[in-house]
Amino acid sequence: MQNQLLAIVLLPLLAALFTGFAGSSLPRQWAHRVTILAVGISCLLSINIAVEQILDQAQPLNYNLYTWAQLGGLSLNVGFLIDDLTASMMAVVTFVSLMVHVYTIGYMKDDPGYQRFFAYISLFTFAMLTLVMSNNFLQLFFGWEAVGLVSYLLIGFWYKKPTAIFANLKAFLVNRVGDFGFLLGIAGVYFVFDTLDYAEVFSQIEQGYKDLEIPVSDGLIWSATTFICIGLFIGAMGKSAQVPLHVWLPDSMEGPTPISALIHAATMVTAGVFMVARMSPLFEQSEVALNFILIIGGTTALFMGFLGVIQNDIKRVIAYSTLSQLGYMVVALGASAYSIAIFHLLTHAFFKALLFLGAGSVIIAMHHEQDMRKMGNLKKYMPITYATMLIGSLALIGTPLFSGFYSKDAIIEAVHFSSLAASGYAYACVLIGVFFTALYSFRLFFMVFHTKERMDEHTKSHLKESPAVVWVPLVALAIPSIIAGYFLAPSIVSGEYFDDAIKVASNHDTIAPIVEHYQHPFSLALSSISHLPLWLAIAGVATAFLFVVVKPELNERLRKALGPIVHVLENNYYFDKLYINYFSAGGIGLGKRFWQWIDVAIIDGVMVNGTAKLVTGISVKTRKIQTGYLYHYVFVMVFGLLLLLGWLYWRVLNG
Amino acid sequence: MADSVNYSIISSEIFLLIALCVIMLVDLFQRDKERKLTFMLTQGSLLTLFIMGVQDLGVQETIGFSGHWIQDQFAVVLKLAIYLTAFISLLYARPFIRERNLMRGEYYLLTLFSILGMMIMVSANSLLVVYLGLELLSLSLYALVALQRDSNDASEAAVKYFVMGGLASGFLLYGISLVYGMTGSILIDEVANYIAVSGANLMIQFGLVFIVVGISFKFGAAPFHMWLPDIYHGSPSSITAYISSVPKIAAFGMAFRVLESSFGGADIHWTPMIMIVAMLSVIVGNIVALIQTNLKRMLSYSAIAHIGYFLLGLSIGTDEAYAASMFYIIVYALMTLAGFGIIIFMSSDKNDYQQISDLRGMGRYHPWYALMFTIIMISMAGIPPLIGFWPKLEIFRLLVINDHVLAAVVAIAFSVVGLVYYLKVVKEMYFTEATDSPNVSNSRSLKIAISVNCLLLVIFGLMPDRIYYYCLSAFTSLN
Repeated sequence: MQNQLLAIVLLPLLAALFTGFAGSSLPRQWAHRVTILAVGISCLLSINIAVEQILDQAQPLNYNLYTWAQLGGLSLNVGFLIDDLTASMMAVVTFVSLMVHVYTIGYMKDDPGYQRFFAYISLFTFAMLTLVMSNNFLQLFFGWEAVGLVSYLLIGFWYKKPTAIFANLKAFLVNRVGDFGFLLGIAGVYFVFDTLDYAEVFSQIEQGYKDLEIPVSDGLIWSATTFICIGLFIGAMGKSAQVPLHVWLPDSMEGPTPISALIHAATMVTAGVFMVARMSPLFEQSEVALNFILIIGGTTALFMGFLGVIQNDIKRVIAYSTLSQLGYMVVALGASAYSIAIFHLLTHAFFKALLFLGAGSVIIAMHHEQDMRKMGNLKKYMPITYATMLIGSLALIGTPLFSGFYSKDAIIEAVHFSSLAASGYAYACVLIGVFFTALYSFRLFFMVFHTKERMDEHTKSHLKESPAVVWVPLVALAIPSIIAGYFLAPSIVSGEYFDDAIKVASNHDTIAPIVEHYQHPFSLALSSISHLPLWLAIAGVATAFLFVVVKPELNERLRKALGPIVHVLENNYYFDKLYINYFSAGGIGLGKRFWQWIDVAIIDGVMVNGTAKLVTGISVKTRKIQTGYLYHYVFVMVFGLLLLLGWLYWRVLNG
Repeated sequence: MADSVNYSIISSEIFLLIALCVIMLVDLFQRDKERKLTFMLTQGSLLTLFIMGVQDLGVQETIGFSGHWIQDQFAVVLKLAIYLTAFISLLYARPFIRERNLMRGEYYLLTLFSILGMMIMVSANSLLVVYLGLELLSLSLYALVALQRDSNDASEAAVKYFVMGGLASGFLLYGISLVYGMTGSILIDEVANYIAVSGANLMIQFGLVFIVVGISFKFGAAPFHMWLPDIYHGSPSSITAYISSVPKIAAFGMAFRVLESSFGGADIHWTPMIMIVAMLSVIVGNIVALIQTNLKRMLSYSAIAHIGYFLLGLSIGTDEAYAASMFYIIVYALMTLAGFGIIIFMSSDKNDYQQISDLRGMGRYHPWYALMFTIIMISMAGIPPLIGFWPKLEIFRLLVINDHVLAAVVAIAFSVVGLVYYLKVVKEMYFTEATDSPNVSNSRSLKIAISVNCLLLVIFGLMPDRIYYYCLSAFTSLN
């Protein structure tokens, strides 16, 4: 077992190192042969472990592989915790990664950085696996930073493109803000629990630990647990791109499309959701934090959905859709429906990867044109892409029987039954969000695959279905996008699936009321006809159909009528402006001031020149002593001796 | 048992002495200018000593020779560290001294004599034997520094070292004589007994001041550091690498034997003094290093700062803290060797290249060595996961839990200051435009030595527990 786990983690790493260092001296095929073989084996083993854990109900595994260091009471370990939650994540991560590896062969065929790209995505798989398989906070943090690093490298993969460089820097900096909170959270865990090991933290919670109180000022006292939870969640906000730390994700679309699918839709951005679910026993201790999560999640789910409607870049639409769906997952976390959040994470991983890869397929056919206004009627040329994209979109908007339906509906129900203060707001957000999800998804779908052909003649003459390495992954992802929900829903909702991996306090149990319905997924799908979300989704599709296909000219009129609102949306709620013009510029201004005051005046002036002066001052004095004369040295030494004797004398005098 | 003449506990020293005589005789009849045989025999003896030492690990504490000599885990671990670092320093030295007409048998013989002195220092159980070991070490070092007779710098350094060292020895001896006057014994155990029974009266405290000054001088801690930059700067680089690293390990042994074993019962009288000296060293070392443009001089001041951190550990006065100090000093020796190794590596033709600006273009022309140098600098600055981080962390942690929070804060702040000058070197290697390729050695053995030395810093950094375990074991067995 241990060997299997090690192989799962290390094979992608070895493949990455091999391709990274030796890849450029070998023929290109070797880059994908080696990495696909490694990730393929990893994927098979992961599925094997998932089967053992989930179907065969094997005992969770928790062991330390290696102790890095022992410092006082703190031991820094590298280890694995394998339970139902981890096993599901491992299977999804390696499966999607495998699909993306295969897809990349076609997508990056002519790119000069072919080997480098494979090295990076393999390295990413390794980093993501260490993150999910970790059994302690330190390793979690390592994985967390490592996926961030690879994401940075991949967003800027085309490093000659200035926008890509801007985007990766932005992603890096915004994540830094989140990581700061995350690190504070981890420090808080050590402060309260005196250990960084998950199992020990959880057992302490179970046995009733002593929450510390942090006095902030006279009147204000923080619970340490709330502090920890909010700190950790701020980390999750950075990685999972929640408002207001979401600004990096749309820009990250500057990277190659397979990356958008793998990292910025299916796996890395869900790390925050996974982490909160992993820490469910901890988060259950703080209602303040849960309310905070509900508000952030609800806001992201709705307001990022609005933005999806006005985008014209095909990848950006999907990017905003990802943001909005992440918001749904986070809302589920806030409502204590951790298992539902992970459920949505799993189904979303499939259909969102599918949508991205489908968009990539369109982009290949369009010769790297991403503007939807220049597409249209691609149905005729790309039937497989068309069909799979349709499946992806239907799954996304929550069509009954498709995978997205079960997970999204469960989220809405769970929030409905939540009794936390912020649940009303979040419920409204996710409900309205359904309409907009359908609207932007089908706006994209209609604009790309139906309507008139708006591309130029040259492009049109080359339009054809993408090669097999591209469409096979699409089909492979389309299958779970349809059926995963149907088969997983009963056991996940009833709590059987995750067993003890997720813990919910009894007064927060928002899933209990809906368990009954989910035992019969088929009749649930039928009865959805009487539920509001389905009608909202239908309304969304109808609106999209009206505005895109039937009467495109309505578009303009509406745009004019809603002028100011559109303006706000087009500026992304002014977040970028705020950050760049105020925070960054303020930071740079502050930096300049500091540079002038501290660097130039204090460090250069006082410390360096001053030390240079002082040390040329002292140094003129010291160097008078320091250049050569022995008696000066002896003098200083005797002076030191007298100093210590003086100290002794003073001590004796004072008893 | 304490009275008996027990040769088994000084077998290493006897072996080294015999080996020395043999090597001296062999060297007399050498025609080979490169003294290859002498070199091989020297390194061979060190290896043999190392193997003998490894077999002694976990030894029972044994006292012999009328109580003057002690064999325990503490001495064994320190000796192992001494052999290892001396071995590496000789590897560094060979290509360097070849270019400078220092390739004489004396170089190796004096090194071995100084090692013998160090072994005596760490195994001594009486103040007199400590002193004898110290003198054997010091006299060998004076001669080593003076070995490059045609260099004015080296001769000047040697004279200064000799005079200052003589003065410090005088202080130490005066302190010891005062203690002897009060306690009537020079045996460490009996001094400790006296203090346990009668406490430390004023005269003993007075003597302690002199002893602390003498020891601080040997470490080169401020304000007794004045000799150090001049001597480190003036000596031939290979000798600087040696005297800045290996003897410090022995000096720790001496400090522990004299201060803790003898005056452990009166530690409220000497720990504050060590604390003062330590803080001064941290401050002076870091600030002055900041403005140096000469790498060798910068490393000298950084050595003062390191000694400051190390002494902070010594000033806490618990077993755990001694172990942390020991950990620090061993790591320090390894890092310092590597640090001066850079200078040797840069100057192995006739000219010396010691300016930080001489490193320009390393990143471009010699990426592997630039990486190695970066590792050294970052390790010295104390950034994880390199080895330099762990002992520093351990000492700061112990400072905090033993209620020396202020000292910890100041030390950490100055550790940040330290980052500036270490990173300056890295910056110079990678980011400053270079006109042409910097000069580096083409000696294969040196290339291997510096790579191995740096990789050791990384590997130990990944498993710091192994060394620390031995350091801790040295003190648990003492109790």
